[in-house]
Amino acid sequence: MRALCYHGKQDVRVDSVPDPEIVNPRDAIIEITSTAICGSDLHLYDGAIPMVKAGDILGHEFMGRVVETGAHSTLRKGQRVVVPFVIACGSCYFCQQQQYSACDNSNPVDKQEMSEGLYGTPMSGLFGYSHLTGGYPGGQAEYARVPFSDVGPIVIEDDALDDEQVLFLSDILPTGWMAAENAEISEGDTVAVWGAGPVGLFAAQSALLMGAARVIVIDHYPHRLELARGLGAEIINFRETDVREALMEMSGGTGPDAVIDAVGMEAHGFAIDNMIDIAKQKIGFGADRASALKQAILAVRKAGRVSIPGVYGGMTDKFPLGALMEKGITVRTGQTHVQKYSAKLLEMIAEGKIDTTFLISHRLPLERAADGYANFKNQQDDYTKVVLKPGMEA
Amino acid sequence: MQRKSLVAAGAAAGVATLTAGLLIRRSFNHRGSRDDAPGRTARNGDFGEYSVVGKTVTITKPSRGELFAFWRDFTNLPAFMENLERVERLSGDRWRWTIKAPGGGSVDVETEIAQERADELIAWRSVEGSDIDTEGRVRFRDAPGGRGTEVELIVAYMPPLGTAGRIVAKLFQREPRIQARRDLRRFRMLMETGEIATSDNRLQREETA
Repeated sequence: MRALCYHGKQDVRVDSVPDPEIVNPRDAIIEITSTAICGSDLHLYDGAIPMVKAGDILGHEFMGRVVETGAHSTLRKGQRVVVPFVIACGSCYFCQQQQYSACDNSNPVDKQEMSEGLYGTPMSGLFGYSHLTGGYPGGQAEYARVPFSDVGPIVIEDDALDDEQVLFLSDILPTGWMAAENAEISEGDTVAVWGAGPVGLFAAQSALLMGAARVIVIDHYPHRLELARGLGAEIINFRETDVREALMEMSGGTGPDAVIDAVGMEAHGFAIDNMIDIAKQKIGFGADRASALKQAILAVRKAGRVSIPGVYGGMTDKFPLGALMEKGITVRTGQTHVQKYSAKLLEMIAEGKIDTTFLISHRLPLERAADGYANFKNQQDDYTKVVLKPGMEA
Repeated sequence: MQRKSLVAAGAAAGVATLTAGLLIRRSFNHRGSRDDAPGRTARNGDFGEYSVVGKTVTITKPSRGELFAFWRDFTNLPAFMENLERVERLSGDRWRWTIKAPGGGSVDVETEIAQERADELIAWRSVEGSDIDTEGRVRFRDAPGGRGTEVELIVAYMPPLGTAGRIVAKLFQREPRIQARRDLRRFRMLMETGEIATSDNRLQREETA
């Protein structure tokens, strides 16, 4: 089959590789019809995340049709499914608590030790996201092997729903939703969101659906801020405005009830000393990104909530721990428990309560995936979301 | 590959001495007046020439009795102990363990059951005449709050001189604690999910051997 493979820093290519096959009884093979490039894929692309090897197939936002099933899969050939980026067994302690991204059993045993060394406990398996999370071949390909296919994939029964309406159930829509849920929003709240990328935009949309009176989105890309405004959010361009002062004034002198950091600092890299060094060396872009969370903690009201969907991999210094304690702040974060939200969000899409298609700026055949990466990286204002179609004419 | 053999070799090895038995007990037990942690986690553990490793995992399902029964049939162990080629029942409770050795060979060790309490504990030790002096013990107990079963595996061994000893020593150089942990985690995967997770996109075929 054809698949987008990592070759080195900013060097990805569509190669011919062996087709996947059923390996374990609960596996299914999916023929992919749509697959997106995620903002977090750019950190792999930039070589910022270790344990990505030449030849690894990238991609963790994908959907398609079932073409083969293992003996214990509950899927049927021909079914249309969206595949969550989190691989979860469904039966361990954490899956039983619906904490799917903490699954004990999806990251192969020999791959668990690196994240265990970094974090004290191992991470779960994820598709196409380095060997820290299992080294699973990703979904920017014609086919993918999906483990635990009886637990993860979301069956789309309604053929009237286009791929583009449901594709983002794989990651960014539930990630935005969980970010808003972690912000514990109640009627009348003011919520500030750092980052108008896909996750920030979906978090803003979710916060409004959960009853926030005002949602304020902070970024510097004009087009992305316009998308936020289109959802009903207010916007702050941090290049033009003093963010903390503006937030304080816009929230009646109180500060936002909840803040969401949809920026993260993944780009600094996963290795601990690397993180610190890069943050210290790169005062420009790097420090800006590192500062989003710190700014959010200072901006939130007393006894407010801080939700962190943005990805962090290592450590940070000059962290405002005093503000956290003295203000009595609650922090909630984590990789998304995608499977927990699938049914509810699919229903909201089908009912027309959530639209995700506004985000998509470009559609490309899989063969042009390398262009997609380069443009997504270099033209962030225009390229809000790239969807790759393996079946599209090149 | 070699990592899991710790357990296998532990289970596999030679003369079951009183000493090894005491070591295992000490590794289980609390350390008198000090604190409540298992002895094996002491900063200055003293087990003489023996190496003792121990690891615990909690398994949600199936029941404690079923976990016990699966383990009690030693022929099941190669399903999750990566370095164990096979286990055969010789007679009664004597078993022959065939352990993969570095470089493609294998080592055979005979064991007998040293102690057993239904649904709770299985201990085994190598029989007299073996090159490797070792014993192992697995204990099953209810986790608090109905959260499944805590499975604790302890292996003590003393690699002696001689060829087999050198092979075993080589196996054991690979972080025995990690080996025990990997085997237990594979056991949990197999019990909870019915399979052992892999990111290989294709079946491993035998021709690589």
